[in-house]
Amino acid sequence: MLNFVLRRFLSSVAVLLVATFLIFVLADIAADPLEDLRTSTAPNKEALIAERTAMLELDKPSPVRYLSWLGGVAGCAIGKCDLGMAWRSNQPVSDVLSSALVVTLKLVTVATVLAIVLGVLVGVVSALRQYEGFDYGIIFLSFLLYSLPTFWVAVLLKQWVAIGFNDFLRDATISPPTIGVIAIVLGIIFGAAAGGEWRRRLMVFGISAAATAAALFYISATKWLLEPSLGPVVILASGIGIALAVTAVSTGLRNRRAMYSALTTAVVGAILWFPLQFVFRAANGGVIAGLAVVAIVIGVVIGYAWGGPDRGQSARTSAIVAFLVGMLIFADRLMQAWKPYSESSVIGGRPIPTIGSQTPGLKGSYWVVTLDQLTHLLLPTLALILISFAGYTRYQRASMLEVMNQDYVRTARAKGLTERTVIMRHAFRNSLIPLATIVPIDIAALLGGAVITERIFGWSGMGTMFLKSLANAELDPLMIYVLIVGAVAVIANFVADLVYAALDPRIRVNA
Amino acid sequence: MSNIEQTLPEEGDRLENAIELKEVEGLSQGQIVLRRFLRHKGAMAGLVVLLGVVILATTSIGWGPIPGWWKGGGFGGSGAVEIPGGRPTLQVFGEKGLIYIGNYPFGQDEIGRDMFALTMRGTQQSLMMMVIIGLIATAIGVLIGAFAGFFRGALDNFLMRFTDVFLVLPTIVVGAVLGRMFGSVNAVLLAVTLGLISWPGLARLVRGDFLALREREFVDAARVAGASNWRIMFKHMLPNAMGVIIVNTTLLMSAAILLETALSYLGFGIRRPDISLGLLINEYQTAFATRPWLFWWPGLIIVTIALCINFIGDGLRDAFDPRQRRIPTARALRRTEKAEARRQARAASVGTVDGAAG
Repeated sequence: MLNFVLRRFLSSVAVLLVATFLIFVLADIAADPLEDLRTSTAPNKEALIAERTAMLELDKPSPVRYLSWLGGVAGCAIGKCDLGMAWRSNQPVSDVLSSALVVTLKLVTVATVLAIVLGVLVGVVSALRQYEGFDYGIIFLSFLLYSLPTFWVAVLLKQWVAIGFNDFLRDATISPPTIGVIAIVLGIIFGAAAGGEWRRRLMVFGISAAATAAALFYISATKWLLEPSLGPVVILASGIGIALAVTAVSTGLRNRRAMYSALTTAVVGAILWFPLQFVFRAANGGVIAGLAVVAIVIGVVIGYAWGGPDRGQSARTSAIVAFLVGMLIFADRLMQAWKPYSESSVIGGRPIPTIGSQTPGLKGSYWVVTLDQLTHLLLPTLALILISFAGYTRYQRASMLEVMNQDYVRTARAKGLTERTVIMRHAFRNSLIPLATIVPIDIAALLGGAVITERIFGWSGMGTMFLKSLANAELDPLMIYVLIVGAVAVIANFVADLVYAALDPRIRVNA
Repeated sequence: MSNIEQTLPEEGDRLENAIELKEVEGLSQGQIVLRRFLRHKGAMAGLVVLLGVVILATTSIGWGPIPGWWKGGGFGGSGAVEIPGGRPTLQVFGEKGLIYIGNYPFGQDEIGRDMFALTMRGTQQSLMMMVIIGLIATAIGVLIGAFAGFFRGALDNFLMRFTDVFLVLPTIVVGAVLGRMFGSVNAVLLAVTLGLISWPGLARLVRGDFLALREREFVDAARVAGASNWRIMFKHMLPNAMGVIIVNTTLLMSAAILLETALSYLGFGIRRPDISLGLLINEYQTAFATRPWLFWWPGLIIVTIALCINFIGDGLRDAFDPRQRRIPTARALRRTEKAEARRQARAASVGTVDGAAG
C-alpha cells in the first residue's frame, strides 16, 4: 500500500512538472506582454519596452524563467511562498488567488451538490422505468442538455428567467390558461414517473395536476410572490408530507416506530417555528450552522426516544426529516426578507440579477444579504446544473440498470423482500459505487472554475482569473491557476482510486 | 435430470435468444452491426438531419470549388434592409403561403449583412474544424493506445504518463492558450492544434481494449503463423477494437464542436474576418433583446449538430455492444412461442430425450 502511494505520488509530481512546463512555454509564446507597447506611439517607446523587458526578465529564455517561477512556488514547502505578481495590476498573486478561490467555491458548491442529487434521483427513476415514456423522455432530455453550449443557455437564462421573471413580478398574477398548461405538464411528468398501470398513472396525473393548479391559483390570487412566506401551518403540512415520504423511502411505512418518530419530528419542527423567529433576529452564518446541527441532534434524540429494537433506523429517519424541516423554516425566514430586499433602493423591484456575485452598496440584515447572494447564485447555478445534470443522470441510469440485472438482486427478490428494500438497500447503494469515482474528478474540474459560466455571469472566480491573465499576458497568475487545477485533478484521481478500492472489495490498489 | 434443466436459460430468455439468433443467422459481425445501427431510430433521425445540415451549409453559399445557389453568395453578403429592423423574411404559414423564404430568411444584422450567409459560413467552419479535430485526435489516440496496450511494460508506463500530462489540464484551458496562439492565423491550423490535445481519453480506452485483446487466442494464432507485431496490431487487433474507437470518435466530435464554439465565444478561437458559430453568438449576444434572430440561428445550428452526433454515437454504441439486445415486441415473442411449442410437440412425438434421461 505504502509502495503504491509513494510510486503514485512520484509519478504525479513528474506529470505535474511536465504539464506546467509545457503550459509555461506555450503561454510564453502565445501571450506577448509587449504587445501594447509595440503599437504605442509614445516617444519613449524603446525605453518603455526595455524597462518592461527588464521587469519581466524577457531577455532570459523561457525554461530559465520557468525554473525561477518553480523555485518561488517550491518555497511554499518551507514557508516562504513567492507566487509572483500580476504585474499589470501590481497585485501579489496570492491575494488574487485567495479571493478568486472563495468566489469559485461559492459558485460551484451548490451547483455540484444539486446536480448530483437531482441527477442520481432522476437516473434511478429512469432506470426503474426502463423503456417507458418517462425513460425515453429523460434520455432525450439528457442528450439535449449534453448538446447545449453553456454560453448560449446562459444568455437564454438571463433573458427568460431573470428579465422575464422580473417583468412578471410587476403584477405577479398568472393567467388561468398558463396555470392550466403548467398543471397539465407537471401532471404528465409525475404520472409518467409514477409508472405502473394506467389507473395509477391517471390518478397520480390528476392529483398532481390539481395540486399544482390550486397552488398556482393561490399564488396568483394573493400575489404571494411579492411577499412570500410559508408560516407554521404550511410548514406543518409539508413537514408531515416530508416525514411520510422519507419514511416510505428509508424504512418503509410498515415500520411504525420510524414513521411515528418522523411525524413527531415534523410536529416539533412546526412548533419550534415560533421561538425560532426570535432567535433568527440575531442570526449570522455561525448561528445558522449551529441550528442545523441542533436540528439533526433533535431528530436523533426523538428517534431514540421512540425506542424499539431498531432505534438506529428511526433515529436516522427522523434526523433526515429534522434537517429538511429545518431547511423549510430557514427558507420561510428568507422569504420574509424578500419584500424589504426587493423594495430596497439598490434592487428597485428587480430582484433576480443577471451579473456579478453580490449587489454593491446593499445594506441590510443577515437575511437580506443572504437572500441577495442566493439570487445572484440562481442563474449561474441553473446553467451549471443544466449541463452537469445530464451526465449524472445517464451515468446513474446505466449503473442502476447494471445492478438491477445482477444475481444478488434476483436473490433478494427470491427471499421475498419488499420491492422497496430490494431497490433501496440492495440495488441503489451498490449502484452508487461507480458514481463515487467520478464525483471527486468532477469536483476537481469544477474547482478550476466554470470558465465560461463565470465569464458570462461576471463572477471573478478562478476561471475569470485564468482568462484575464491569459488576455493580459500575466504569466504568474496563469501558472498558479494551471498548477492548482493540475494538482487538484491529480489528487482527485488518486482519491477516486482509493474510494473505489474501499467501496468495492474486489479491487485491490496495490495489485 | 435436474442438472440439465438448471443450465437451461429461463423461458423468457430462451424466446428472446431464439429471435435474436434467427435474425442474425448467416450474417457477419459487420453486417449485424450495420443492421442494428440502421434500425436505431434515434441514430437514423440524427444521421438524416445532420446530412441535411451539411448539404445545406456546403451547397447554399458554396464551398471551395462548389458553387453556391444562394443568391447572396459568399459570406457576409449584404444589402439594403428589407424588413424594418432587419427582421427575418422566412415565413411559415404566413400571408405568403406555406413557406416563404425571401431574400433574408435568417434576418439581417445592424449593417444589413445577410444572416443566412453568415450562419452557413459559420456552420462550414465549425463542421470542418470538427472533422479535422476528430480525425487527428482519433489517429493519435489509436496509435498511442495501441502501442501502450500491445507492448505494455516501460513503453506503456511512459505513454500513459504522457497521456496524464494532457489529462490533468482541462481541454478548454490548453485550448485557450493554443487558440490565442493560432486562432488569428488560420482555422485549419487551430483545428489541427486542438486535435493534438483532444486524444487522451480515446488513448486510454484503446489501451484498455488492446490489453484485453492481446490475451485472446486469435492473437496467439497470428503470432504462431509468423505475423509481425505491426501486422498483429493493425490487421488482427484493430478491427476488434473498432467499436470502441468509432463510438468514441463520434462523441469526441460532438465535444469538439462545442469546444470550438466555446473558444471562439471566449475570443481565443476563430477571429474576424473569418466566422464561426461561436463567434457569431459572441458578437450578437448583446443584441438579444432587440434582434434575437442574430442569436437564435447560430445557437440552434450548434445544438442541432451536437444533438445529431450524440444520437448517432448512441446508436453506434448500441449496435456494437453485444450485450445490448433489442427488446422483442410482444407480437414477436408470441410468434416464437408458438414456433417453440410446435417444435417441442414434434420432439415429444418422436420420443422424449428428457423423459428417458430423467
